[in-house]
Amino acid sequence: MKKIVAATTAAMLMGIGAATAGDANKIVVDGSTTVGPIAKAFAEHYMGKHPEVNITVSESGSGNGAKGIINETCDVGTMSRPMKKSEKDAANSAGVLPIEHIVAMDGIAVVVHESNPLQGLTIEQIRDIYIGKIANWKALGGPDRPIVAISRDTNSGTYETFETLVMKGAKMAGKTEYVGSNGAIRQRVLSTEGAIGYVGLAFREGVKALKVNGREATPEAVVAMTYPIARPLYMYTNGRPKQDTPLYDFITLSDTAEGKKIIADTGFVPVK
Amino acid sequence: MQTSVEIAGCKASAPSLLLSSRVRRRQRIAAVLGNGLLLAITSFSMLAVLFIFLFIARDALPFFQHNSWREFFTSTRWYPSAGTAEFGALAIFFGSAMVTGGAILVAVPLGIAAAVCLSDIVPFALRQFVKPIVEMLAAIPSVAYGFFALVVFAPLLQQQGGHLLAVAAWIIGLPAAALAIIVLGDVAGDRFADRFQSLARWGIMIALGSGALVGLTALGKALSALHIASGTNAFNVSIILGIMALPTIVSVSEDALQSVGRELREGSYALGATRAETIIEIVLPAARSGILAAVILGVMRAIGETMVVWMASGNASQIPQPWYNILEPVRTLTATIAGDMGEADQVTGSARYHVLFAMALCLLVFSFVCNLASERFIRRSRQKAGG
Repeated sequence: MKKIVAATTAAMLMGIGAATAGDANKIVVDGSTTVGPIAKAFAEHYMGKHPEVNITVSESGSGNGAKGIINETCDVGTMSRPMKKSEKDAANSAGVLPIEHIVAMDGIAVVVHESNPLQGLTIEQIRDIYIGKIANWKALGGPDRPIVAISRDTNSGTYETFETLVMKGAKMAGKTEYVGSNGAIRQRVLSTEGAIGYVGLAFREGVKALKVNGREATPEAVVAMTYPIARPLYMYTNGRPKQDTPLYDFITLSDTAEGKKIIADTGFVPVK
Repeated sequence: MQTSVEIAGCKASAPSLLLSSRVRRRQRIAAVLGNGLLLAITSFSMLAVLFIFLFIARDALPFFQHNSWREFFTSTRWYPSAGTAEFGALAIFFGSAMVTGGAILVAVPLGIAAAVCLSDIVPFALRQFVKPIVEMLAAIPSVAYGFFALVVFAPLLQQQGGHLLAVAAWIIGLPAAALAIIVLGDVAGDRFADRFQSLARWGIMIALGSGALVGLTALGKALSALHIASGTNAFNVSIILGIMALPTIVSVSEDALQSVGRELREGSYALGATRAETIIEIVLPAARSGILAAVILGVMRAIGETMVVWMASGNASQIPQPWYNILEPVRTLTATIAGDMGEADQVTGSARYHVLFAMALCLLVFSFVCNLASERFIRRSRQKAGG
């Protein structure tokens, strides 16, 4: 009996040792819900080619992606906004060097329910809706319905970009609803007739994307830099990954032709 | 030590029944060690609670030192991420209070009625069958409730909200009105002389009945005309939280009603009371403390719930116009902590981080007070049952 116990314990310890030894083949990705689909597509593509590598992708918001890199709880922090100065300072004091890698370009589409007859809005009108000055669609020439303004929560890079490019520092009205992801905004706008929200270009299915300042929200407009609400998408790592490691291959996938095709298929705009 | 014993001529030897002092000492040490170990394990769980309190208070205090108390408790402007950050949490406290109040309004009448039904009205076999099913409601994960509230209930409220409310008004109003009319008819009919009693009773019941029908129809029509702009609102969350608090209230109330005992009920029946009179005037008042404890536990369940409110309450930090309009989105303390946690890092944003701890401290203090009150009521109810 004692021999069996000893043998089992030895086997378990060796098994644990083997599991922790293969660290280089594990990549943890966390961060933005906008960049999430790109990270997931990359992960699937890469794991298909190299089955011994295990890549996990979570989407808890750009803020969490930055924190993950600073606290070294993830290998890649995806963000839909650049790292703030305070985050860079925190990284430096934690001994972490965040290296920025621009993965793709994205536009923020302003979406409404499919039954909404409006075709487009100006940035000033969108701002007035979100600060509460315009409360009913009929003030914009639409049907007599109260406007339900939906925003991302403050954890989100999409929110920060929207705040910088559209709100321009004005504070949103108290009655704005907040949800936790691009998918959640899409789902709310899809099912609420009076709703207006903003999502990344990849999340326009089932809802109607309005023209902003007369420009359609399409990848071509983002590439041509004519769409007013556009931003780059980032992946941050701690230091520059060594050549020929799975991490390096994963990060530089967006520079390869295959990577650019994946990005275009996912609904984003590959960087030239 | 051996002693010899002579019984009926046979000689037998048996070991002494007295313990040696060595053995006695060993046993005493073992007893002390055993007791000490159990005490340590118990203190550990007590210490865990104490440390949670200490750590939350430690991180909440910096917020109150550097920011205004008055703004936190009286301002409704909640902009933690703006350039000039404002931390007015009044609307958030109001939101928590509103959804908890709504949940209690849903769960308490249903829960106590269910408990009374299970303990006094249905046959024992049916009770043994129904009680586990009610308790199964408590086993459903809260994220499943939240998902249901967001994906099924919210669009339903937006598309058919008015009709749903009208149907609910009828379902609640019809039995309540019927009960009220029968009771009032009886009471009012008693005043008349014997000859006219039956006629008077019927007359009053018909008059009240037609009045109730007219009122309910008008209410139904008014509710049907309502159009709910956003299905993720306080009403949605109140209903779901009420369903979540229901198993707690039913279980604890039913135990309180059972512990009242047969003697009280039998005495009441012996004195000629009807079943309704026994339940309403004897059993319920006797089980009052236990039922109050059940309600307080339900309140704690509702106010601490995070997933459901974060997904389905709309998260709009506003006090609805007018204040009792539950068809507007609100924001609760728990959803604010969960939603803002990612962005508020200790290093990158001090006040944002500490304000979340301040909210957690408020929740903790409230739960503590509720818990103490509930303990006191349960103890009082046990004393009554025992003594």
